Amino acid sequence: MSIEVRFCIDRGGFSLDVDLRVPVRGVTALFGPSGCGKTTLLRAIAGLERYRDGVLKVGDMIWQSAGRFVPPHRRALGYVFQEASLFAHLSVRRNLEYGVKRVPREQRKVALEQAVELLGIAPLLERMPAGLSGGERQRVAIARALAVSPRLLLMDEPLASLDVQRKQEILPYIESLHNELDIPVIYVSHSPDEVARLADYLVLLEAGRVVGAGDIHEMLTRLDSPLAHGHDAESLIDAAVAGHDDTYHLTHLDFAGGRFTVIRKPLPVGSAVRLRVAARDVSLTLEHQSGTSILNIFPATIDGLIPEGEAQVTVRLMVAGVPMLARVTRKSAAVLDLKPGKAVYAQAKSVALLS
Amino acid sequence: MLSEPDLIALAITLKLAGLSTLILLLLGTPLAWWLARTRWRFKFLLEAVIALPLVLPPTVLGFYLLVALGPHGPVGGLMEALGGRPLAFTFTGLVIGSVFYSMPFVVQPLQDAFRAVGRRPLEVAATLRAAPLDRFFTVAVPLARAGFFTAAVLGFAHTLGEFGVVLMIGGNIPGETQVVSIAIYDHVEGLEYRQAHWLSGVLLLMSFLMLAAVYALNRRFRVLQP
Repeated sequence: MSIEVRFCIDRGGFSLDVDLRVPVRGVTALFGPSGCGKTTLLRAIAGLERYRDGVLKVGDMIWQSAGRFVPPHRRALGYVFQEASLFAHLSVRRNLEYGVKRVPREQRKVALEQAVELLGIAPLLERMPAGLSGGERQRVAIARALAVSPRLLLMDEPLASLDVQRKQEILPYIESLHNELDIPVIYVSHSPDEVARLADYLVLLEAGRVVGAGDIHEMLTRLDSPLAHGHDAESLIDAAVAGHDDTYHLTHLDFAGGRFTVIRKPLPVGSAVRLRVAARDVSLTLEHQSGTSILNIFPATIDGLIPEGEAQVTVRLMVAGVPMLARVTRKSAAVLDLKPGKAVYAQAKSVALLS
Repeated sequence: MLSEPDLIALAITLKLAGLSTLILLLLGTPLAWWLARTRWRFKFLLEAVIALPLVLPPTVLGFYLLVALGPHGPVGGLMEALGGRPLAFTFTGLVIGSVFYSMPFVVQPLQDAFRAVGRRPLEVAATLRAAPLDRFFTVAVPLARAGFFTAAVLGFAHTLGEFGVVLMIGGNIPGETQVVSIAIYDHVEGLEYRQAHWLSGVLLLMSFLMLAAVYALNRRFRVLQP
């Protein structure tokens, strides 16, 4: 099952030419700089703008094709706008009920109470939107979109209008959607942080064109992707909590390629976590180091290398099938004779937990 | 005190204003909605036509209506051909005249209100499964309610004060087309200042109360805006 999106939009000075197939599960991020056409594409997917000659299929539902256009109110979607856009004349509860009432009973899969609980807005139900903070409003807007039991949830930079603190307040809720409800999400963002935390699949947009699309782990580490370069290049690793070490106050996180050991986190055993490893924090050795303070060392195979400026090299490693980036100096690469296929040890100096 | 003919004139005036306002809201709402949202490039021409009664001497508007509604005019002639009677000098004619005369007072506040609502709430409603008419009545109308109130009161109050148009097309038939503004004119002509005072006072008070309500409510609504 996939979402098939084909649009060719030409609108006075701006053109969008997209032919995409993305998975109908997890979070797909549409990522790119302002003005690259992310929002235009999302609005076209929702049917809020009507463009001719588009094709849009979501699983078995055809929302647009030659001679066929399903208006937005007949599409089983949820849409979260950049500004919460709550109905000012309705209380929070009636904002939530507005959509639910219009969904046939047999199609209601997400209970109103479930949406309320997921977003933690039970105490706000009787309030009017004008009295809510920005973060509260956006949570209500997300709950309202979920309560219509969408088959696809579209989110247009839902955090962009909030300050850092509010963002931190809402991100965990968006992350939990992912685990609690089986609703595919298309998430528009220009924030690498949000994408790293939330996305499973990444679509890179630039000036109305798709310049890359694929699994997030793959996309961040592909040497031909712009994200693998620059100072902040990083790899994402999905792991699960394997156990805690009470003596040294550490937590073990297992992934396909081995075990990360990090400073203890208050997480239950078995819970899924996403780790972020900066390329510049990964160093390479030819032999397994024993006399080192670094805990996280993994056997790896070099998948590819690409020069990074005058002095550095970005190395793509495979750690038991999991891609990881390392940034080393060109000199080290020469001394160690790094080349594709070579077996090395990757040492991660520091690891950040994203969720 | 108000004499019986004065009370009848007052009743006719209120009936005229009420009926005209009702018709104006029914006609003006779709018109204002369309004007607030269309990207038609010649929209300004229609806006100018609607605004004409604001600047035109009522006698000019009344004159054209008289010609149109009279037995030799297109509308009056048609009425006669269909077995009716011409609309000039009838209450129906007055209502038609008032609808034109007060049109800008209803359409403009509604148009402003719809424009202030913007597209976003309607888009949100669309993504929440509301069909076009559904979102109009459940989102656009409630959010524009201050505009509806203003439009209704201004349309009503402005029709109360109508004089020139009524004089031209309604004449001055007591019990049928004689409205308060004309009754006052008659009293002054006849040097019946006491009665002119009473009627003028009633009209002044009513108009003031209605306008005060509009301004008071608009202030309250502004606070409600998100």
